[in-house]
Amino acid sequence: MSAVKKDYVRPIDFKGGRVDMSHGAGGRAMAQLIDELFLAAFDNEWLRHLNDQACFAVPTGRMVMATDSHVVSPLFFPGGDIGCLAVHGTINDVAMSGATPLYLSATFILEEGFPLADLQRIVESMAAASQAARVPVVTGDTKVVEKGKGDGVFITTTGVGIVPEGVDVSGDRARPGDKVLVSGTLGDHGVAIMSFRENLEFETTIRSDTAALHELVACMVDAVPGIRCLRDPTRGGLAATLNEFARQSRVGFRIRERDVPVKPEVNAACELLGLDPLNVANEGKLVAICPPGDAERLLAAMRAHPLGADAAIIGEAVEDPHRFVQMETGLGGARIVDWLAGEQLPRIC
Amino acid sequence: MKYVDEFRDGELARVLAERIARAVQPGRSYRFMEFCGGHTHAISRYGVTDLLPATIEMVHGPGCPVCVLPIGRIDNAIALALEHGAILCTYADTMRVPASGRSSLMRAKAEGADIRMVYSAADALRIARENSAREVVFFAIGFETTTPPTAIAILEAERAGLANFSVFCNHVLTPAAIANILESPQVRDIGTVPLDGFVGPAHVSCVIGSQPYEYFAEEYAKPVVIAGFEPLDVMQAVLMLVEQVNDGRHEVENEFTRAVTREGNTKAKVLVAEVFELRRSFEWRGLGEVPYSALRIKGRYGRFDAERRFGIVYRSVADNKACECGAILRGAKRPKDCKVFGTVCTPENPLGSCMVSSEGACAAYYTYGRFRDRRAA
Repeated sequence: MSAVKKDYVRPIDFKGGRVDMSHGAGGRAMAQLIDELFLAAFDNEWLRHLNDQACFAVPTGRMVMATDSHVVSPLFFPGGDIGCLAVHGTINDVAMSGATPLYLSATFILEEGFPLADLQRIVESMAAASQAARVPVVTGDTKVVEKGKGDGVFITTTGVGIVPEGVDVSGDRARPGDKVLVSGTLGDHGVAIMSFRENLEFETTIRSDTAALHELVACMVDAVPGIRCLRDPTRGGLAATLNEFARQSRVGFRIRERDVPVKPEVNAACELLGLDPLNVANEGKLVAICPPGDAERLLAAMRAHPLGADAAIIGEAVEDPHRFVQMETGLGGARIVDWLAGEQLPRIC
Repeated sequence: MKYVDEFRDGELARVLAERIARAVQPGRSYRFMEFCGGHTHAISRYGVTDLLPATIEMVHGPGCPVCVLPIGRIDNAIALALEHGAILCTYADTMRVPASGRSSLMRAKAEGADIRMVYSAADALRIARENSAREVVFFAIGFETTTPPTAIAILEAERAGLANFSVFCNHVLTPAAIANILESPQVRDIGTVPLDGFVGPAHVSCVIGSQPYEYFAEEYAKPVVIAGFEPLDVMQAVLMLVEQVNDGRHEVENEFTRAVTREGNTKAKVLVAEVFELRRSFEWRGLGEVPYSALRIKGRYGRFDAERRFGIVYRSVADNKACECGAILRGAKRPKDCKVFGTVCTPENPLGSCMVSSEGACAAYYTYGRFRDRRAA
């Protein structure tokens, strides 16, 4: 009979406990945090091997890879939190190539003193988002930094995916005459975050639009394999995305203000804060560019999906050596839709 | 958006545009200055000039509080944070205004200055309450619109006995600036800058009323139409100005009756008079020293005056030689007349203050209107 006693490990106190330096030190405390929190939440066949890497079969064809860091403040906001945002953000970056996202990795940088209850809430939200999207988190890493050297939690996710045959989506493929579509109302995420900032609290029913768009993209690619450009207009909003496309594709754009979908309450909040909804971030919307003959079909495919119900054709690419993004205003005049100068809102994603 | 969309309606704009086109007299050109940056922004953002006849030129005025701040005042603000170790609370617009030695509040912040962006004077008060061991200075800028909230902050600080709060006061006065422009030789004598009338301030007039403009209309024989900040307000005001010019009238008219009265906001004026007094002189970027054109904190509230509290000495600093902000603020030049516009000077790297604030003539033109140059070319 062995004299070695059976291990007893006191369970982590997820109610009142806090992250301490030992949770990142490579000892038992770290192993326990990984077991009881991360493995439990993300549970899948790859993580169960307990290796430092995930091993998976590589499908033939073109693969894409994207990474995204998340430093949003506040960590919890109307409509989401940093956890689901970190999953959606990277899935969307992968999907905007027309690809089917397959796997994610997740890295957490935790600040000493961060409440474990909040961490648990974030990880569970991440796991739920990953399961709903059917894109598993297959590997990860955790580090702890001293108090004052972080801001609660920073999350970096990386994703890989595979591009279906015959699909070639890239920001440099827009041609004059192509149509510009958006998948729904703009500015919801940025305004939802702002409404929650401590020095700016205002009452609103606006919620972040954070969502994984890969299934919408799959429907779109299915309907119109010749989609030329896709991008999710996150920081800098629609204005930044169209200016990026203009630069990459060497074209200009003309859009019509009255066709750009913006919720009245988002418009009102922007009015109050002196912001332009076209510059405000989105986390569950995409901009698509396709040949003119495909536009109606693409629009119908988008509207048939819940995440594209408010989709609209908002303008077209034009020849322009200056690469200006111009907008016909609701008033009947014209103006440029420019990049945002400086910083509109820090740390929104 | 209720109560706003009505003033941006494309159909109404078309009707107004037709009325303006019918009103202008053939062979006559009209040059109107919109004093306020708020109007400059609205005109650019909604493309109002596209709806006006080519014979009407809108000239941008000096009514952008960020643009008229001289370099020396920004230097003072940076010194408050860097040398005196104060928490400097500022409106976001001033963060990128160029200071001496290629500095700015934003660069000073990166160098370790504790500079915090706030939305109101009340935010600065809150920061002072939360940091009782630190000096907290509110960098107060703006015309008559932002002055009453600063007055309230000072009165509130006194009531609460806040010992660590003070205000670096840079509040300036609209009538003094208009008088300065009208008195300038280019406008008054030589006539190189012909001005046929003014679109009068919206929010400023809510506070001071329409009465102060009566002097200009009378003395300088220039029509003034006070207008709201929505594009249809501006178009309506332009129509009223054209009609005044055609009739040879020079009156103060009020298009913005939904907010502006002849007397203005008496309560706000009383608050301002309680806390502030006229400065003998104040330097404006573009206009130079303008007598009695700004406010300072009265002696009885002297302990809340950052200039007194920290012994701030103002030193005038010349603008960059290539920068035409001065002439642009006086309406003597247009943004595209400046050699560095859109080349060395852009919103990301502003050389002059007019390129900083969204209300600045250069920034508004760069951000919304520069495609027009290409059309002309």
